[in-house]
Amino acid sequence: MIPAAFDYVRAGSAAEAISLIGQHGDEAKFLAGGHSLLPLMKLRLAAPSVLVDIGRVSDLSYIKDAGDHIAIGALTRHMDVETSAVLQEHVPLLAHAAGHVGDPQVRHRGTIGGSIAHADPASDLPATTLALGATYIAQGPNGTREIAAADFYQGFLESALAADEMLTEIRVPKMQGAGWSFQKFNRRAQDWAIVGVAAWRRNGDSGVALVNMGSTPILATSVSGALAQGASVSDAAQLAAEEAEPQSDLNASPEYRVHLAKVLVRRALEAASA
Amino acid sequence: MKISVTVNGVVHESDVEPRTLLVHYVREVVGLTGTNIGCDTSSCGACSVHVNGEAVKSCTMLAVQADGQSITTIEGMATDGVLHPMQQAFMENHGLQCGYCTPGMVMAATSLLKENPNPTEEEVRLGLEGNLCRCTGYHNIVKSVLAAAAGQ
Ligand SMILES: Cc1cc2nc3c(=O)[nH]c(=O)nc-3n(C[C@H](O)[C@H](O)[C@H](O)COP(=O)(O)OP(=O)(O)OC[C@H]3O[C@@H](n4cnc5c(N)ncnc54)[C@H](O)[C@@H]3O)c2cc1C
Ligand code: FES
Ligand code: FES
Repeated sequence: MIPAAFDYVRAGSAAEAISLIGQHGDEAKFLAGGHSLLPLMKLRLAAPSVLVDIGRVSDLSYIKDAGDHIAIGALTRHMDVETSAVLQEHVPLLAHAAGHVGDPQVRHRGTIGGSIAHADPASDLPATTLALGATYIAQGPNGTREIAAADFYQGFLESALAADEMLTEIRVPKMQGAGWSFQKFNRRAQDWAIVGVAAWRRNGDSGVALVNMGSTPILATSVSGALAQGASVSDAAQLAAEEAEPQSDLNASPEYRVHLAKVLVRRALEAASA
Repeated sequence: MKISVTVNGVVHESDVEPRTLLVHYVREVVGLTGTNIGCDTSSCGACSVHVNGEAVKSCTMLAVQADGQSITTIEGMATDGVLHPMQQAFMENHGLQCGYCTPGMVMAATSLLKENPNPTEEEVRLGLEGNLCRCTGYHNIVKSVLAAAAGQ
């Protein structure tokens, strides 16, 4: 299948991309790796009239140690997140989760910024960065602002980004030796999760987020609250779906998703506590 | 839009519609039909080519995104009539049945060995997770890739 016709412009920098998006208005979209947008355009579920290609803004492809956090450029590809020695040392949960996105071909093109900006509740990196308490940096015509991951996801494929704002950086706190686990339940290796869990735990602190358990990635705050008050892993895992509003689709009913969430949160916390 | 793409070492200058997918450019504009299209959903990997040496699904990339880049297709694998060792390994280990998935399998497998020259059987299976074989001939495909890895 072939997308509907559109105009294509290539940006050399974030500032140029933002000004191009501004000139072309609502019908324009950024194109990063294209691995969410192009499949939608091929199915004609999306038909932007202009694509502003940010794929060559290479100064936004980086992974830097910034002291208490790691700064990741929005255009960094999944493969580079997966294989980054800096992330494997300081944020191993994120490097590991990136290795579970799609398949190698997808990871050679798709970017962390595209994945987060797309705000798909079924995607792995929005929930993973949410569990880790990440901060996202958005750049617009009037400068930059910080958005906490917990405030970013507003609805199905809806984020706090304005149409003329570009996600430029993802800041992820170092995990400082926390135990962690990423659980992804799917039927075929390359697929999106039917339900997924990203979790970490260090002393009384924890972060647990759910993939595909609602219209946004879900922070399982009840689970973390129970753990902080000394609940056992299996008792805390019973609260896995408290914040969730799972949907029904071809793969699973809401009831089955709730069951999966409890089982996967328990497994994740057991692994993270070991 | 005018683009200049190096395909199998040869520079091609063309004028394409922005919506032209890389796979259609390779098959219909450059005329290399070894790269197959097996699905509409970025799932099967039959369309895999190398972009700057890494496997990507050419049905999920625009030709205009390949402007100025270097593409290798299955036709670019053999040199001077001698098959690439991966192609040879597929032949010797019966790594193909109908052959439809084979160009994509060979491109994905060579990209995998570049990143991981000595994969375990499990790593080969995971490394080929983006490629489907409708003949379900995975056993000998994996055997072929392991043979190619052992022979390099
Ligand atoms: C076969 C297949 C399997 C997949 N499996 C998985 C999976 O298992 N798990 C998973 O998490 N994902 C999966 N994906 C999706 C993949 O992770 C995508 O790469 C990712 O979701 C989008 O990143 P991208 O760079 O390709 O973005 P694009 O497709 O280029 O863009 C996506 C959206 O975000 C916007 N956008 C992109 N970058 C920015 C930016 N910097 N600032 C503002 N807006 C921006 C675009 O305008 C567009 O609306 C899969 C994709 C395919 C094709
Ligand atoms: S044709 Fe490209 S993945 Fe199937
Ligand atoms: S050999 Fe027939 S599809 Fe793989």
